[in-house]
Parts: sequence; structure tokens; C-alpha cells
Amino acid sequence: MIRVQQDDFDPGQELDALARGNAAIGGVCSFIGLVRDFADGDSITAMTLEHYPGMTEKQLADIEAEAQARWPLDATLIIHRYGELKPGDRIVMVACASAHREAAFEACHFLIDWLKTKAPFWKKEHARSGGKWVEAKDKDDVAAMRWRKDEN
Amino acid sequence: MKVLYFAWLKEKTGIGQEDVDLPGDVTDVAGLIDWLKSRGDGYASAFADVTTVRAAVNQEHVPFDHPLRNGDEVAFFPPVTGG
Repeated sequence: MIRVQQDDFDPGQELDALARGNAAIGGVCSFIGLVRDFADGDSITAMTLEHYPGMTEKQLADIEAEAQARWPLDATLIIHRYGELKPGDRIVMVACASAHREAAFEACHFLIDWLKTKAPFWKKEHARSGGKWVEAKDKDDVAAMRWRKDEN
Repeated sequence: MKVLYFAWLKEKTGIGQEDVDLPGDVTDVAGLIDWLKSRGDGYASAFADVTTVRAAVNQEHVPFDHPLRNGDEVAFFPPVTGG
């Protein structure tokens, strides 16, 4: 399931809902990303998340379908927020449910790594000195590379 | 053709979205960038360093040699930073 929203969410409720009613699920793995209060030595007071409505949903659906094709998953969830956020706020949650833990762990890691390099979101960090668009990090590309298949 | 700009490209062009008629000699994304740069200082500034610009056509990531047709939805943005 894909959700792109301004509002916060309750991770406990989301995890319960993901596995409810399917006793074939043996494990659920999740990752939650939060707004940090520091960046490059600056104190961050707020963050604005912009996205490309339409392409965001399309890219997230493609990423989710790719995870489901690669691992035996019973359920997947991607929630990504946009708009005005404060330090400590939740930004993103991905979760995968499977009969066994390996698939759940690996698919969860894959989802967040791929999302970071493919989903059209842009972060602007606000500090006392002003606002600054976050630059993409090479290490995110490296993290995503490991999930590329040999034939790509 | 619909052209969209995000993040600092939106700030520099001063535009989030516009409809443009594709000039006859523009056949790909790189050609569209060259034409946009000639339209004013905001555009020239936004596309001054294209190594920091990424493109999507019809909501799929594409390289700059991707062909264009009238009716395409083209978007320009910096490398993504979600998650």
C-alpha cells in the first residue's frame, strides 16, 4: 500500500493493520525516517518537503511492485509525508511482512534505499541562517547500487 | 507541452508549471533545456549547471537524450532527497 500525505501517522496502528488477518505472516520489518535537528553543523528548526504529485505515487508503486517481485512478501507499506515538518517528526515509514524474517528485512532495506534515489521528494532545511535545499548524497546512490541486478 | 519545475528550479525560474509550444527544432530534453535557457535570466540561472539537474518525461526518470513529443509532460528538478 502507498500513502503520500501531509498528516502524521501512528506506526503501531500501521504495523498492526499490515499483519492483521493473515496468520501466514511470520515477521514484520519496518523502517521509520525522522527529521533531524542538525545538518552540517547548523541547528535545524524546520523542514519543508516538496514532491511531484502523480510521479511520486507512480514511482512508489513501481518500487513496491519491484520489492514484491524480488521477495516473497505478504504485505508492504510505504507512507511518505510532505509539507512543513519539525525536528523529531516522522517523514517516512516502510514496512514489509513475510513468512520469514530474511525477506522482510531485505525488502525493507531495499524499499528505503530505492525510495531515496527514485521517489521525487525534495527536502529544504530551515536554520536560523536561512533555508537550504538538501543536496543528494553519493552514499545514497552507493546504497541503492547494491540492489541493482547484475543484468542492469 | 506541460513543463514543471521543482525545488530550487522552481525558485529560480519563478514558475511551478507552464504550457509551452515545442519549437520545431527541439527533439529531445537537452534541446528543450537549451531553448528554455534563452527565455530569460531565471531560466538561464536554473539551467546554468545541468549536472545538478534531473529530468522526467511523463513521470519517468529519463536521460537528457530522451526524445520529446508535443503533449509530453516534462519535469526538471534537482537529484531527489526524500526518505
